[in-house]
Amino acid sequence: MAAVEKVRFTFLDRLIKEPVIYRLGRDFEVVTNIRRADIQEGIGWVILEIEGEQSAINEALEWARSLGVRVDPAVGDVVEG
Amino acid sequence: MRQAVATLTASCAHLYYVSSFTSLDRESVRHTGAESANRRIGFGEIKGVAIVSHVLSLRCKECSREYPVEALNVCDFCFGPLEVVYDYDAITKVTSRERIMGGPNSLWRYADYLPAEHNPAVDINAGFTPLLRARGLAELLGLDELWIKNDSVNPSYSFKDRVVAIASAKALELGFDTIACASTGNLACAVAAVAARGGMKAYVFIPSDLEAGKVLGAAIYNPTMVSIDGSYDDVNRLCSEVADQYPWAFVNINVRPFYADGSKTLGFEVAEQLGWRSPDHVVAPSASGAMFTKIYQGLKEFERTGLIGEVHTQMHCAQARGCSPIATAYEEGRFVIRPVKPNSVATSLAIGNPADGYYALKVIEASNGSAVITEENEVAEGVKLLAETEGIFTEGAGGVAIMGLKRLVETGKIKSNESVVVYITGNGLKTTELVSDVVNPLHIEPSVEAFEIAMAERAK
Repeated sequence: MAAVEKVRFTFLDRLIKEPVIYRLGRDFEVVTNIRRADIQEGIGWVILEIEGEQSAINEALEWARSLGVRVDPAVGDVVEG
Repeated sequence: MRQAVATLTASCAHLYYVSSFTSLDRESVRHTGAESANRRIGFGEIKGVAIVSHVLSLRCKECSREYPVEALNVCDFCFGPLEVVYDYDAITKVTSRERIMGGPNSLWRYADYLPAEHNPAVDINAGFTPLLRARGLAELLGLDELWIKNDSVNPSYSFKDRVVAIASAKALELGFDTIACASTGNLACAVAAVAARGGMKAYVFIPSDLEAGKVLGAAIYNPTMVSIDGSYDDVNRLCSEVADQYPWAFVNINVRPFYADGSKTLGFEVAEQLGWRSPDHVVAPSASGAMFTKIYQGLKEFERTGLIGEVHTQMHCAQARGCSPIATAYEEGRFVIRPVKPNSVATSLAIGNPADGYYALKVIEASNGSAVITEENEVAEGVKLLAETEGIFTEGAGGVAIMGLKRLVETGKIKSNESVVVYITGNGLKTTELVSDVVNPLHIEPSVEAFEIAMAERAK
């Protein structure tokens, strides 16, 4: 089933040099579309849209998490106090 | 979802389109609003002259693209958050201190500044809570002028009644019959209470390990309550997916721009209650960062529309060590929030990836304020300190704020002769587990002799 997700990746310094988003597209057959990003010394974040089969998106995000990328909803946490 | 909303809206358009307009048709809409003042609106009745909200549009906080006033919270282009745009010239023309003071004793006295119209059907009388001069705590801390904004006495016992008041009124205007939220407690209580009064359907999603007081505080209003097993991230992810798939007003998601502006009234009220001035310092607990930024926006809107003088308030954000993404970013001197896995006894502040964290940091910068971290083992101490000195029983978030205040005084960021307002946003009766060790009564046989012996023992 085709799906679209809006997510925010947060990278710590050791991952900033890794071509994570390129590999998402190449290895998992999802389309990535970066909408905003901020990379600073030691930390960076990217807000992107990921489109593809739901199962492919899930696998892609799980792979990113396994690398140490923090994956969150683009809008921030939806659970509140 | 848009399809479902459109169908509902079309069926009742004459009832609630009045607040969804652009500057081009302002005059005609204003007229329509007055005409409809005595009609039945949504589930309730507005008597007298209706106050039409001065909303122009929604706008992306990042790229400034504008959107119509709908159930939208994210910019289609950059995925930035949307905020409500007001016609401040129009507000300035109608607003006055007298007009506000003549309004109801609730947050609706500030209706000119709010993005939804008052609807009694979902009004549980949120807001206009006490601002108390805290002489005992002030003396203890060495402050001349300390005030406590006691928002723990709202109808469902937290400041969330304010944001849900606006979200629910707007949800009815937009044609929703169901409101929902994902919450660690206070928001669930507020959503359930408002829905009960308004005859709306309510869905509240809560983590399965929530404190009993907060579960009960929401369940009593009989919403559909969904208790979710799993990690914080699991709960978050599920709720995000549910919000995408169901045609509900998810108060802090698709109607978030309106919801968030309910917290502006925390700024308005303090300014009015201080005699139409802003304090030198505000200390407020922070989770998503939305309330913190909106308090400041409220003060600045009063300044902009001429109700108070220039605002010099320094905004201080207090977080607990176990979940302090905003305060940590502040301490490290950066504007990038590093999300964390929450692990704090102040459960109402346990938001690991704060949606408005960046904007809270910008408010700190703009106001020359700061952020302060309360250690986990100090949270209960703060709760007890406020109770023992001022007679106010707050939850962990209040303990975080009080100990944050103490630290700000100790480090010289707040001077003894400066005025300070501390926001207490939730009630301690929902989280009694945090301070259960205070229960230590004199236990005696029913005789005066036994009483006097026990008193003598206690005196030792």
